[in-house]
Amino acid sequence: MIKRILSGVAVLGLMAGSALAQDRVVNVYNWSDYIDDSILTDFTKETGIKVVYDVFDSNEVLETKLLAGGTGYDVVVPTGTFLGRQIQAGVFQKLDKSKLTNLSNMWKDIELRLEKYDPGNEYAINYMWGTTGIGYNVEKVKAAIADAPVNSWDLVFKPENAAKLADCGIFMLDTPEEMVPAALNYLGLDPDSNSAEDIEKAGELLKSIRPYVRKFHSSEYINALANGDICLAVGWSGDILQARDRAAEANNGVTVEYTIPKEGALMWFDNMAIPADAPHVAEAHEFLNYIMRPEVAAKASNYIFYANGNKASQEFIDKEVLEDPAIYPNEETVKKLYTVSTKPAKVSRVQNRVWTEVKSGN
Amino acid sequence: MSTGTQDKPRRSAGGWLLIAMPFLWLMVFFLAPFFMVFKISFSEVAVAIPPYLPTFDLSDGLAGIKDAFSTFSFDNYIWLTEDDLYWKSYLSSVKIAAVSTLITLLVGYPVAYGMARSPKAWRPTLLMLIILPFWTSFLIRVYAWIGILKNEGLLNQFLLWTGLIDQPLIILNTNLAVYIGIVYSYLPFLVLPLYASLEKLDISLLEAASDLGCPPWKAFWKITLPLSIPGVIAGSFLVFIPAVGEFVIPDLLGGSNTLMIGKTLWVEFFSNRDWPVSSAVAVILLMILVIPIVLFQNQQQKAAEKQA
Repeated sequence: MIKRILSGVAVLGLMAGSALAQDRVVNVYNWSDYIDDSILTDFTKETGIKVVYDVFDSNEVLETKLLAGGTGYDVVVPTGTFLGRQIQAGVFQKLDKSKLTNLSNMWKDIELRLEKYDPGNEYAINYMWGTTGIGYNVEKVKAAIADAPVNSWDLVFKPENAAKLADCGIFMLDTPEEMVPAALNYLGLDPDSNSAEDIEKAGELLKSIRPYVRKFHSSEYINALANGDICLAVGWSGDILQARDRAAEANNGVTVEYTIPKEGALMWFDNMAIPADAPHVAEAHEFLNYIMRPEVAAKASNYIFYANGNKASQEFIDKEVLEDPAIYPNEETVKKLYTVSTKPAKVSRVQNRVWTEVKSGN
Repeated sequence: MSTGTQDKPRRSAGGWLLIAMPFLWLMVFFLAPFFMVFKISFSEVAVAIPPYLPTFDLSDGLAGIKDAFSTFSFDNYIWLTEDDLYWKSYLSSVKIAAVSTLITLLVGYPVAYGMARSPKAWRPTLLMLIILPFWTSFLIRVYAWIGILKNEGLLNQFLLWTGLIDQPLIILNTNLAVYIGIVYSYLPFLVLPLYASLEKLDISLLEAASDLGCPPWKAFWKITLPLSIPGVIAGSFLVFIPAVGEFVIPDLLGGSNTLMIGKTLWVEFFSNRDWPVSSAVAVILLMILVIPIVLFQNQQQKAAEKQA
């Protein structure tokens, strides 16, 4: 009898073992509209690891989940400034670089810039990077303003211009961490300023154009631009380029363009990291290593129109992506780009309070 | 022992369990979470998981809990009084909820009245029609309103087609859209209790009024309306209370200048990562809502006593 039970247990154990082998899983939490789905299916085909893919559209949502702990995610994609704070909070585990054989493909320049948030590049690899600039509907802007300064922040930060565009619609990212630096930069102040006084000044500028902004939202502008619902959006480079593409495909008479204004724009980095309590650490490393393959990284960039941090991938990237200065800005433009650091809690609160004031008029 | 207990039927273990269940439910799903929030509202922010200090550690036993209590401070509540954003949000939420409740009542009363006066055979079908939208996710129904209200949406397309307007109306992302969303979403909560009280209304009272020469509008005013007041009150509270704390509708349909406490709380929690202050906001919100909840309870109890 005992023997039978034991063998039963052994069989159960075997079954569980084989079930585990079949059900290797990696839970990925990434930005919305941020990957070519075939990358995930190819990964599963090759490794047998099932990808459970979930999306967010704001760093704040991701961060709150991470800080609550026990998310069950194995790979998450925070932006640099958030990554920095999350590392301090102990959210992530150090990468096991012995498992990341494709690390050598990464772009040294980008890795260097990432050290601002992740000293020694110990916790994260860069997935994509981009800029925060202006997307606009060419015909509608031209119709509203005769000689529109489309290569300058004047287009949106000058109240008389914003007023003319208000009727056809202005959208703005709902993220103080990017809009406040943009306003600071326009005013000629340090975009990375931690001074409450400076931030208030940026707030004043934003308030002066507030009546002309239809909505603050961080993902709806892609469709709104593509459908011709709005004529201007302050948004992320690749998102606006996706809108450009969708409009062109739809052939609906809408032409969308992206511009990095001459005054400069924010350069940001979205990075893949593994939470400290990730349930599938080995699979997460395999996923990261797969993403770092030159062909895979190139495929992702070709699809979402963002530049990636993978130098070796560049030979596989479509010419129109690699040579598009809106995606891979030339050196002259790169000089005008600025980055911001992780903000201390107090500064962050001032920024958010100013932002609430701007948005709600309170 | 005393005769009193002997008079009452003795409760079996099952009977006690039956009574204990709702209390247990309330303990586990309301009181315990509330105390957690209440406790966090006395902590301070930290860069850690979870992002506040001090945290309770039950392994430290009673001494640990005592320690935690000694470091509690009212700073977060004081903070709420220093910035006018919070009370403005509360006030604006109460206003939006009150106006929505009123509109819901104006829309819902005729609906409930019509249902209660309809032939008996129709009533189950009509009731079903009121409940039917609940079979779809609330979120999807609110999303559907985006499709209806947006500039190129169904409503504007229709109005443009009829020639009533030549410019699309901007409704989405305004307070008007929030009102539409709330009225739509909460209408069944008002119609159902109102229908229940209207249906019970004794028709012979109206017939008597008519026999004595009372015009129908006066009969409605003097008989129907007063007798339906319990339903009106119950329905209004069921709309008002959740509407004050509503987040999804203002977030999806409202504009950036829609100020509601649910959104303020979101910013506090997600953007500022300030769990303690957002907990304090939630505790105050609950305290504000306690007043209408108690009124509602009182009214319900009175109605129950009247029936008994």
